[in-house]
Amino acid sequence: MRECDERQAGTGARPGTNGRADLADPVLEVTDLDVTFGSGPDAVRAVRGVSYAVRPGEVLGIVGESGSGKSVTSLAVMGLLPPHAHVTGSVRLRGQEILGATEKTLTAFRGKTISMVFQDPLSALTPVYRVGDQIAEAVRIHQKVTGQQAARRAVELLDLVGIPNAAQRAKAFPHEFSGGMRQRAVIAMAIANDPDVILCDEPTTALDVTIQAQVLEVLKRAQRETGAAIVLITHDLGVVAGSVDRVLVMYAGRPVEVGSVDDVYYRVRMPYTMGLLASVPRLDRGGGQPLVPIEGNPPSPSALPPGCPFEPRCPIAVPACAEAEPALEPVGSPGHLAACVRAGEIEAEGWSPAQVYHAGTGGPDEQGPETPPVHLRPVRLPRDERDVVLEVKDLTKHHPLMKGALFRRRVGTVHAVDGISFDIRRMETLGLVGESGCGKTTTLMEILQLTRPQHGTIAVLGHDTARLTARERMAIRRDMQVVFQDPLASLDPRMTVYDIIAEPLRTHGIRDPGPRIRELIRLVGLDAAHAARYPQDFSGGQRQRIGIARALALEPRLLVLDEPVSALDVSIQAGVINLLEDLKNRLGLSYLFVAHDLAVVRHIADRVAVMYLGKIAEIGQVGQVYDAPMHPYTQALLSAIPLPDPGKERSRRRILLEGDLPSPASPPSGCRFRTRCPKFKTLDETDQARCVDEEPQVRRLGEDHGVSCHFAEKLDVV
Amino acid sequence: MTISDEELAEQRAGIDRIKAPSRLRVVAGRFSRSVQGRIGFALLALMFLLAFAGPYLGRWTYTDKDFMAFLQPPSAEHWWGTLQTGADVYAVTLRGMQKSLIVGLLAAVIGTTLAAVVGAFAGYFMGWADRSLTWITDLMLVLPAFLILAIMSPLFAEGQWPLFVLVLALFLWMVTSKIVRSMTISLKEREFIQAARFMGVSPVRIIFRHVIPNMSSLLAVDATLNVSAAILTETSLSYFGFGIQPPDVSLGSLIADGAKTAVYAPWTFWFCAGLLIVTVLAVNLVGDSLRDAFDPTAKRAGQ
Repeated sequence: MRECDERQAGTGARPGTNGRADLADPVLEVTDLDVTFGSGPDAVRAVRGVSYAVRPGEVLGIVGESGSGKSVTSLAVMGLLPPHAHVTGSVRLRGQEILGATEKTLTAFRGKTISMVFQDPLSALTPVYRVGDQIAEAVRIHQKVTGQQAARRAVELLDLVGIPNAAQRAKAFPHEFSGGMRQRAVIAMAIANDPDVILCDEPTTALDVTIQAQVLEVLKRAQRETGAAIVLITHDLGVVAGSVDRVLVMYAGRPVEVGSVDDVYYRVRMPYTMGLLASVPRLDRGGGQPLVPIEGNPPSPSALPPGCPFEPRCPIAVPACAEAEPALEPVGSPGHLAACVRAGEIEAEGWSPAQVYHAGTGGPDEQGPETPPVHLRPVRLPRDERDVVLEVKDLTKHHPLMKGALFRRRVGTVHAVDGISFDIRRMETLGLVGESGCGKTTTLMEILQLTRPQHGTIAVLGHDTARLTARERMAIRRDMQVVFQDPLASLDPRMTVYDIIAEPLRTHGIRDPGPRIRELIRLVGLDAAHAARYPQDFSGGQRQRIGIARALALEPRLLVLDEPVSALDVSIQAGVINLLEDLKNRLGLSYLFVAHDLAVVRHIADRVAVMYLGKIAEIGQVGQVYDAPMHPYTQALLSAIPLPDPGKERSRRRILLEGDLPSPASPPSGCRFRTRCPKFKTLDETDQARCVDEEPQVRRLGEDHGVSCHFAEKLDVV
Repeated sequence: MTISDEELAEQRAGIDRIKAPSRLRVVAGRFSRSVQGRIGFALLALMFLLAFAGPYLGRWTYTDKDFMAFLQPPSAEHWWGTLQTGADVYAVTLRGMQKSLIVGLLAAVIGTTLAAVVGAFAGYFMGWADRSLTWITDLMLVLPAFLILAIMSPLFAEGQWPLFVLVLALFLWMVTSKIVRSMTISLKEREFIQAARFMGVSPVRIIFRHVIPNMSSLLAVDATLNVSAAILTETSLSYFGFGIQPPDVSLGSLIADGAKTAVYAPWTFWFCAGLLIVTVLAVNLVGDSLRDAFDPTAKRAGQ
């Protein structure tokens, strides 16, 4: 098979790491770690028997969904859990037991031998001290150096993690740094004392993809410099595939599969891992086949079933599964362990994830992108013959930047959205993608407000929003509904599900909403009995379904989706994406799908618009934009997204963008992307002058594919 | 996440016609499940019963004077003893309680409602609505409440107590309304409010359906505190001779009189003081449980 070749190519790519890892003794050895919060029947067993070991220079990835105990594990290793947590087992750092050690011993280790990088880089830095001083402090705690030496070392470290102009930036305060730079500073602190182990808890989750690629690169460099072992905790299977040697998959507080990255990705032996892999939308595969969600929800850690915790959700569960929890046992190649009763069977039969999770309509999942998608899409008229549902022309939104308390004066303008145009036809999904700060949410709000924009026009279902009467506006509200990102925040916590879904119906004068509510609840795959509960009694995915039910209550024609799945776990996310896709086909909806996750957009959207700093960089059919991106920004964006496929990850060329997004208050002249553009650097002077002086407009290149770059050319990056 | 078995059973029964319980019923149900709330409610009900039904049991009315018994300790004739004037302590105390309970509860409810509405409107609409409402709030804050009430006290004589309640409430709402305003400003940005706006729900409805219910915990606590504050303000006004005017009595005027004789005739003081304390305590218990009942995230009783 093709995969085998890739694997061999992969192992050949980095022989040094594996060789070194096998020789040395483990620097960090965790054995039978158990963490329990509380006691008695209410006790929450957050971590149950986690064992792993990392050798110098090795990168171990711990993957799991929220609540799987992966963060608690790392906090327990660092000894940072609150006193009411009951921790048992053993944590040996360089052979010395540190679990239950005195605070003094631990302090000597923390930062020196073992250090940690947290998820939120803003809260990991003290806001009132300069970044350089904070790094210098980390140096001086463990090394006997003078203040000056420490300050010099801090600048060196900042330079090492790729902060430009380090000596000057060291004097800045954390709030003056962007998210990516803060995370670099935190990494600089973590490697300040040349530690043996670095624990990274979701180090890139809060960052944009291009910044994530930069930070992962910095982590790799930091590892090369210090030779440390890294434990990388993440929920992103793509991040793991590209940057770790071994993977540990956690579920319900337990490791369920451990092995080398190739073993876990290509020779999966645990149904849960299979489910995770099958439910991730992939950048390198088009839509068509529905994703394969894992049914149900993870068990509550305070009420675990007696048998395998995955048994209720497992598609191949047998009666033996419910009897006792299977132990982590070797399967297949050495070092590969799986906790499944049927692991041996899966090994012998060589079942693939697709065979285990019968996708229903789709065939085996390994067909690759070239296979024509097997799907159930209804026959649609050609695009030109379908009605325009939403048309945005030259939309502009500038916020004034005011200063002064008493005499407020305008000191500048934030160019949040600067002249964008697109349209959505019936039964079509337009994905609006871009990094945070690119103006996609502003665009959305402008459309939803249904008022006259500052400049340009918005026409919803053929009505220009600038010329709407109150009655017409109300009528359009019926046809255009919204689903928000955070399902909990978008549902009133003080209302029952019934009242929440009834609200739009009552607002638009429907007297007896009961039957319609029952219908809606069924439509989104919930139980009618749930109507009397409150939103907080539901899991994330269920809450989002309630939000969708509310949006669908009035049978709208256009649904605006603001990052509807980004707050959900992968296995849950797949179910919601499938639901959205199914609803679109059944109800003939059109979607404006705003997201930062390009893989999700590839899966669900028909057309995609890539935004950069208030402008559209590239717009067109999903297949064309993803397979042959022409704008350098789209190319960089696509290449930055990690694929959940170790072989492809190793062979991919990554276009790393330099620096951060410029401030929208003072966008660069001419082409806005030129300050970070890799292509700009390769141009000669006359061409560069064109980029600086002339602002590129969206040019049509090919059928339904527009690019705003003077020098656009195709590049295969996925 | 887990719901008690009763509730599950309730839901199962309602599957066929999904008539979800109204918000009021849910809150009432949760309130009645808390022991603290039940005790508070029972105490309060008992106080009302005592204040309004009690006088019919006694032999004396609050205007009667027994010239045969001045400052007598409790006896079969006068259950709680008599005052220096020969008035029956049982009768006057209950009469005073009637006034104090009504004044306290009404003033608190009016004050808190005013605070919620003014604060929510100011915070939700901003702009000129906010400026003018904030200006009024600030103006009310700098007015010396006690002095104005004292000056207006002649108006409250002759059964004009509703006016007294209103004026008392007018001086109770400002601080809360400022808190409500700032909470509304942050609440307004929450997605569920935006969702309602994009659904076409009118702003006034949003305020009453989403904004104010989401502050109900704060408002419940505030109303509780206001009950005590109103009773105590009334008490202290009456203590200084303003507020409720003779021949009518209130707990305040009784305590004021009783304080002079408290040392050698404790019954003139302790009955009215004790009842005041029990009332305020009951109201606080009720308020605390109401706050928990309003908040669906609070840990539920019986879990």
